[in-house]
Amino acid sequence: MELLLVLLIGVLYSAGVYLILRRSMVRLLLGIMLLGNATNLLIFLFGNITKGKPPIIKADLKVFEEIYADPVPQALILTAIVISFGLTSFAIVLLKRVYALINSDDLDDLNTPEEEDL
Amino acid sequence: MIPFGKYFRTKWCAVLILLPLSIFCYLLGYIPTVRSGNVAYEFYQWVPSLNINLDLRIDGLSLLFALLISGIGSLIFLYASAYLKGHQYLDRFYAYLCLFMASMLGIVLSNNILLLFIFWELTSISSFFLIGFNNDNPDSRKSALTALSVTGMGGFFLLTGMILIGNIAGTYSISELMNAADVIKNHELYPLVLLLVFIGAFTKSAQFPFHFWLPGAMKAPTPVSAYLHSATMVKAGIFLLARFSPILGNTTAWSYTLMIVGGLTMLYAAIHALFRTDLKSILAYSTISALGVLTFLIGLGTEAALVAAVTFIVVHALYKATLFMTTGIIDHETGTRELTQLGGLRKVLLPVFIAGLLAALSSAGMPLLFGFISKDLIYEATLHADQQLAIYLTAAAFVTNLCLVAAGFMAGIKPFTGSLPQAYEKVHLPYKAMWIPPLVLAFAGLYFGFFPNSAGEQLIAPAVNAMSIAPAAVHLKIWHGFNTVLILSLVTLVTGTAIYYVNKADSRKLAWVQSFQSASPQAIIERLSSGFVKFSDWYTDTMHNGFLRSYLLKIILFAELLLAYELFIGGPIYIDYSKLSAISVYEAINVLILIAAVVLTVTTSSRLTAVVGTSVIGYAICLMFVYYSAPDLAMTQFTIDTLTVVLFVFVLFNLPPFINQANNTIVIRDTVVALGFGIILSVIAIKVLQVPTDISISKFYGDFAYTLAKGKNVVNVILVDFRGFDTMFEIVVLSIAALGVYSLIKLRLTSSEKE
Repeated sequence: MELLLVLLIGVLYSAGVYLILRRSMVRLLLGIMLLGNATNLLIFLFGNITKGKPPIIKADLKVFEEIYADPVPQALILTAIVISFGLTSFAIVLLKRVYALINSDDLDDLNTPEEEDL
Repeated sequence: MIPFGKYFRTKWCAVLILLPLSIFCYLLGYIPTVRSGNVAYEFYQWVPSLNINLDLRIDGLSLLFALLISGIGSLIFLYASAYLKGHQYLDRFYAYLCLFMASMLGIVLSNNILLLFIFWELTSISSFFLIGFNNDNPDSRKSALTALSVTGMGGFFLLTGMILIGNIAGTYSISELMNAADVIKNHELYPLVLLLVFIGAFTKSAQFPFHFWLPGAMKAPTPVSAYLHSATMVKAGIFLLARFSPILGNTTAWSYTLMIVGGLTMLYAAIHALFRTDLKSILAYSTISALGVLTFLIGLGTEAALVAAVTFIVVHALYKATLFMTTGIIDHETGTRELTQLGGLRKVLLPVFIAGLLAALSSAGMPLLFGFISKDLIYEATLHADQQLAIYLTAAAFVTNLCLVAAGFMAGIKPFTGSLPQAYEKVHLPYKAMWIPPLVLAFAGLYFGFFPNSAGEQLIAPAVNAMSIAPAAVHLKIWHGFNTVLILSLVTLVTGTAIYYVNKADSRKLAWVQSFQSASPQAIIERLSSGFVKFSDWYTDTMHNGFLRSYLLKIILFAELLLAYELFIGGPIYIDYSKLSAISVYEAINVLILIAAVVLTVTTSSRLTAVVGTSVIGYAICLMFVYYSAPDLAMTQFTIDTLTVVLFVFVLFNLPPFINQANNTIVIRDTVVALGFGIILSVIAIKVLQVPTDISISKFYGDFAYTLAKGKNVVNVILVDFRGFDTMFEIVVLSIAALGVYSLIKLRLTSSEKE
């Protein structure tokens, strides 16, 4: 299964990089989201992936008695997901605002040429 | 002083000479201390954390220079008050001049090489303003810039050299460095240190091949040329060499470099001086030549050579400042400095003529003038060098002196002799403030010529002692006896005079010399700098073209190269199949869905499809978290993904369709780059699998989640308890983003702002 995850990470990174190289702002944003997902998976892979053993202590116990999934990457990813939502939501609204102003989704239309170039 | 600037524009400016004059008198008081071999120290804390303090020392060498700076400074302040009378920016001029004088004194009095460097740069900066003082003249501006860039570049090298010295010796204090001389000389980096310090000194003191800024700097008003470019600033490099000679000197590399560079400079510039017709140019080249002589003598490094060098510093400062000032008067009164047009001015400018004559004779080495003594000392030094070298060194000194004699006569005597052209008959003597300073200097030369020991014991001996390790006894005499030195001196004088008569100032010869301009160091360096500008233009155009994707492409490519290299040298990559977990059907289907969604997102031309594709990816990853024991992650991912889609749809309904302006080449290029990045990251992920996971941290959280924090969901406990502060700041970040989102949605622009 790990190998499938490795493959997925590669695919997600490729797609993310390809999308952020586009001229469209929406694609740029989608690319950033894909890169974020890919990184989350990579961090997830850092811990040993374990099936069906969530890091939750059983109700009648005080410590773990058997093997459990690594909680540290999970905590990191959780933070990352939430923060990236902050970024994405702000970017989406900003995108809408930019579109309202310049009536275009093209990044190149955002370039204001300097005075000497005119 | 600045609020009172307007007062100094008028005649009150003469009051300012009290400043250098009082410094001069104050410093005179140090003569007895220094003469008895003591060193005076002053110490103020400045940046104790970096070990940089205002740490001053007055030994023979600094005192000699400080006296020259303040003494000649007083006269220049007086002279400039008349020369620039009524100039609208006279107050600025004095401000720059004071700044310059202070930094120059700082250089010679510093006992810390970093402090010395700061003052060194300050002289470069203040001289930039002084050279470019006539800032409405493009030539002036260009010269100022050339001077600043050459000396500034040298300063950069010097700083590097000084930091190296400091690292090697463990101290920046000059007194302590003198004790550590052997450590530095035997260190493997010694040649590099030497090179860096030399570049610093050579650029400042206009040594070949960095000499070209000095003639250009003559665009400055004449008082500046007289002060900066003959008596003081250009000697800063010489001072540096003199200061460092007990620390770095007396090695083969030191001596030969200095002798070769100094020798080349003195010959090259002395011969050049003969071809000039502009008075200031002649003086500029003869100054460069004199600086060459000084470098040469310091390189020679024998006791006789050091005595000769110190004496020559004083002699040269006296006569060259005089000649500059007389030139300034001629320029001021007649409006030209062209030697071909001048003549017979002795009839109208008699006191100026006397000053010029005395200075020219002193530079020629006429007996009974101070210049004679220094010339004798120079010959003595070269004759007593190594057997094989003595003949070449003496020959070089002889040729240089010949040219200097002739050049001195051209500048100091030629404009005054012959018949007076009609146009200049109405020329009259300027203010006293203008012709008295050169006369004072000229007579000082005469006085020291008669009583050389008054300078020799008081000033020169302590200065020489500060430069050499063994104490030297200095006795300057008018009469050395009838020997080789005297014959050489006299032959020089006679032949030089002959050259002066034969070599008539002629603009055709000047044109001939200038036809070689394209091969000169100046032209080469200018071509280099324009090439550099072109390269920078090209670099800026390609690397900073203002398109986000082009920056991204470069950054990603670079990251790929670095990562690929790191992976390539990082050892073998293998997969331990026994450790892998099995693949279930659900997972395989999930992965397939995910990959299909990725392909859809990337290839679709519909915006809505792309967003839906992205959310499918998010949900698929969410399922993955569910399989692999991360319920909290799955919940968060699910919520967030839904919210994102909602937000997207909220803005999407009024966006235009995707534009597809990329042609095939770009698509293929980007695909290759993107695939490369994906592959590299996959390889990194495989390498991650190779490394056994360190579970100590997880174990800590697992063991203490309930016992310490009373929580059973370990991930939650980490977030809200163990790393509670992090989470709090995360919430702050989210609130800021929320505020931003809210205000952007609520923002209503007026139609004028939309433009």
